[in-house]
Amino acid sequence: MTTRLFGQKITRREDPRLLTGHGRYVDDVSGSAIAAAFVRSPHAHADIIDIDVSGALDVDGVIAVWTHEDLPGEAAQRLPMLIPHPSIVAPHTGYALAKDHVNFVGEPIVMVVAENRYIAEDAANRIEVDYRFCDPVVGVEASRAGTRIVHEGMTDNVAAHLVQEVGDIDSGLGGAPHVLELDLEFERSACMPMEGKGVVARWDSGDGSLEVHSSTQTSTGLRAVLAAKLELPLTKVEVITPDVGGAFGVKINHPWPEELAVACAARALETTVKWTEDRREHFISSAHERAQTQWVRVGFDDEGRILGLDVKFWHDNGAYLPYGVIVPLNTSTHIMGPYAIPAFRVEYWSLYTNTVMVTPYRGAGRAHAVFMMERTMDAIAAELGLDRAEVRLRNFVREFPHPMGLRMQDGAEGCIDSGDFVTSLDKLKSLVGWDEFESYREQARSEGRQVGIGLACYIESTGAGPYEGGHIEIESSGRVNVWTGLTSHGQAHATVFAQIVADELGVPLDTVHVTTGDTRKLPYSVGTWGSRGAVMAGNALHLTAKKVREKALRIAGESLEADPEDLEIVEGMVQVKGDASASMPLAAVSVLSNPLRYAFDESARAATQFAKESDEDEPSIRPGEQPGLEEQEFFSPLRSTVANGIHAAIVETDPETADIRILRYCVVHDCGPMVNPLVVEGQVHGGVAQGVGGALYEKMAYDTDGQLLNASFMDFLMPFASEIPHVETDHLETPSPLNPLGIKGAGEAGTIPAATAIASAIEDAEGIAIRSMPLDPSTLWHMRADHAADAAHSR
Amino acid sequence: MTESLDTEPTSTIRLTVNGTLHVLEVPDRKLLSDVLRQDLELTGTHVGCEHGVCGACTVQLDGEPVRSCLMFAGSAQGHEVTTVEGIGDDPEHPADVQQAFIDCHGLQCGFCTPGFITTIDAYIDENPHPSEEEAREAVSGNLCRCTGYQNIVSAVQRAAELRAEGASQ
Repeated sequence: MTTRLFGQKITRREDPRLLTGHGRYVDDVSGSAIAAAFVRSPHAHADIIDIDVSGALDVDGVIAVWTHEDLPGEAAQRLPMLIPHPSIVAPHTGYALAKDHVNFVGEPIVMVVAENRYIAEDAANRIEVDYRFCDPVVGVEASRAGTRIVHEGMTDNVAAHLVQEVGDIDSGLGGAPHVLELDLEFERSACMPMEGKGVVARWDSGDGSLEVHSSTQTSTGLRAVLAAKLELPLTKVEVITPDVGGAFGVKINHPWPEELAVACAARALETTVKWTEDRREHFISSAHERAQTQWVRVGFDDEGRILGLDVKFWHDNGAYLPYGVIVPLNTSTHIMGPYAIPAFRVEYWSLYTNTVMVTPYRGAGRAHAVFMMERTMDAIAAELGLDRAEVRLRNFVREFPHPMGLRMQDGAEGCIDSGDFVTSLDKLKSLVGWDEFESYREQARSEGRQVGIGLACYIESTGAGPYEGGHIEIESSGRVNVWTGLTSHGQAHATVFAQIVADELGVPLDTVHVTTGDTRKLPYSVGTWGSRGAVMAGNALHLTAKKVREKALRIAGESLEADPEDLEIVEGMVQVKGDASASMPLAAVSVLSNPLRYAFDESARAATQFAKESDEDEPSIRPGEQPGLEEQEFFSPLRSTVANGIHAAIVETDPETADIRILRYCVVHDCGPMVNPLVVEGQVHGGVAQGVGGALYEKMAYDTDGQLLNASFMDFLMPFASEIPHVETDHLETPSPLNPLGIKGAGEAGTIPAATAIASAIEDAEGIAIRSMPLDPSTLWHMRADHAADAAHSR
Repeated sequence: MTESLDTEPTSTIRLTVNGTLHVLEVPDRKLLSDVLRQDLELTGTHVGCEHGVCGACTVQLDGEPVRSCLMFAGSAQGHEVTTVEGIGDDPEHPADVQQAFIDCHGLQCGFCTPGFITTIDAYIDENPHPSEEEAREAVSGNLCRCTGYQNIVSAVQRAAELRAEGASQ
């Protein structure tokens, strides 16, 4: 029997290529292509009065200079609103090149195409744009005040407004013995993948087709939108996503203005045009995430059980809303977390500001939800003098499935399909030494050290639909080719999907080859986001492999004169169960499935011995059959799965400098059965690192004019190895009933609760309420001073 | 006013990369990273920030790690440049540091990885038995957004082990 590969810590099959310089990222695809560079707005809010491109046209090597009026047809119209939602009251999107007006620093206005990027940038620097300045709206407070308006024709800055309610909040809160209110702030950060965005567009004037390589999270989505915007038949556009140097959400929006403008230029110039984003461009024109102002009112009993939770929050969505309201919607639907709350009301306003747009970043919207709920849990514990873990335990959902009564991002009602929060908490307490911490604190105190422990629980809706597909073919060599429409940006798709397929087909892992993100073979796909890869494509490929296997057994059964039910596949050989003497290689079955007359290779020659005598009364291919050992199948779930977990952090804060050090970081994580625990661990580690960055370092520092003051890696601090703690993990595997493999997503688990767990630990160390993140030493130092002054004042 | 390539200063440079001598006519302002990637098609060296912070573009200059995005190609004349391809370019037979990354799951998207490989390759010659703390310090000049570093730190120590094994054979 072949060893089951599902659940094995298989080392990654993509590694040798990537480690030896053979990765192919988008900028590697066409080094010699002509290059585009963009003139971007230096102002946050202005009318464009005039653009003088004459200086650029004189530069030797410049091929084209485009402004908005050079964009053709649909490409000149506004970019699409990708995910409309009933809560959106004022949908505004931008243009590929700004039309008459700019709404954030970094908005593209002019595209220069030249022999190379150096020349394109020289020319871009010579373009003069005259502006009439408008007052910018920066930050939630200014937007909410509504004294300045981002978009002309609006009377306020509200892009979307939504209320959802479960139970009766008035009686829930009204009858509660205790009521607390919290005002909270959450940071604005950004995905910041090491590879920025990029696109290479090649126009073939011979057949009028466009081939695009893009560093995107959705090649099928980009294909559809480019076909629509360039007014081309879908079949004349193909999008290929090569290796992608990280994405974390920012590459899900599409088309980015540059993708559309560059594709238009390739067609107009009948050549290949590329654009590779530089880091400054990424800072000022690629999406950010996170910024919210939050208000919580909670009612609870003497035991700390929540009776009613009323939440309002104001979300800064930046200048445009191309990706809809996924971020605030996710926040609103994840606040209740793993808790059974009888009465809940959430209301949000998503607001325009003159800053870079906000689209999902790893943990999209959920990290903010955890901040609200878990800061509330700590506040309840503090109010009642109870252990923080105990308060959570008393509020946990204990019966599954647990309908949440809220409409999620996929349009379905949210439902926690599986989990065991009590066991998860037990595991976490034991992993981090929760019950022994007080003695550690005492010991530290005797050494003059100040330490604190914190925790944060979360749920995450993962594996959202609507569907994902797989395509598998077995070559006559026995090689198994697997396609998924999903793109891959470090999630080890080539390994984990090969594990799933190899298991089902009974073939050695090294015969399975996975291709991702290529619309030429599998044009139906949604994209890689929201921890959905393994859930959606994993199950789709599992079902596809089943279908291929059934076909293989059917064909082999005819040759082996056996009932397909009695056959199995072991190590690539189809055999009668328990009798290896009656067998044939899968490679030969592939030949038989495609009754060509040519013996083009060894397998084809050998397969002739298995061929049945032809039946004169039957065609070679029977009705309903297709040649080839090749199938496609799709998986479409009823609703999202819900993964969960708990994080704990132990921090030390310096009594003098307020420096914050993370001493320990522990994660208990439940994503159902793990296809490859090595990969899941890696996702958790990386997620935690991004969470730690968000907790302590990363903040987009806009001034009141809308200038981003820290648009470089020298000023926007991302953690290095020296800042990230060793992460200790434990897992609980409660399978989801919503898909055949029982998988729940894992991609964002590490990030979602990290900032909140660290906030909890800092609060515990300092004895000062932490109500906003990120928290750097300087801020903490000032908070201490304020706290001491308040304490002195109240004496 | 015109800006022309004709007036842009170029030079003929002799660049030894991964043991091979190249004679190239390049603009004086062209970065070493761009010449490696575009002129020599050694695309293993990646550009992540172009301001010397992230380390993705790290190559070895006479065996010492340097940022190729902060250096003009002309400045590398007369020096030996080693890129990730020069450390090992055969996926079937990765070099010791590359194998260590496979063993330890030290990469996810792989974009920053060549910069780590070139850095660590030089480091373990200097310190053949790094402690965990030293290993962490060794890679603390390179940014990675995927892995959380833990497995990269393990890979430094694993690479040192593999090199010691290789040396003793």
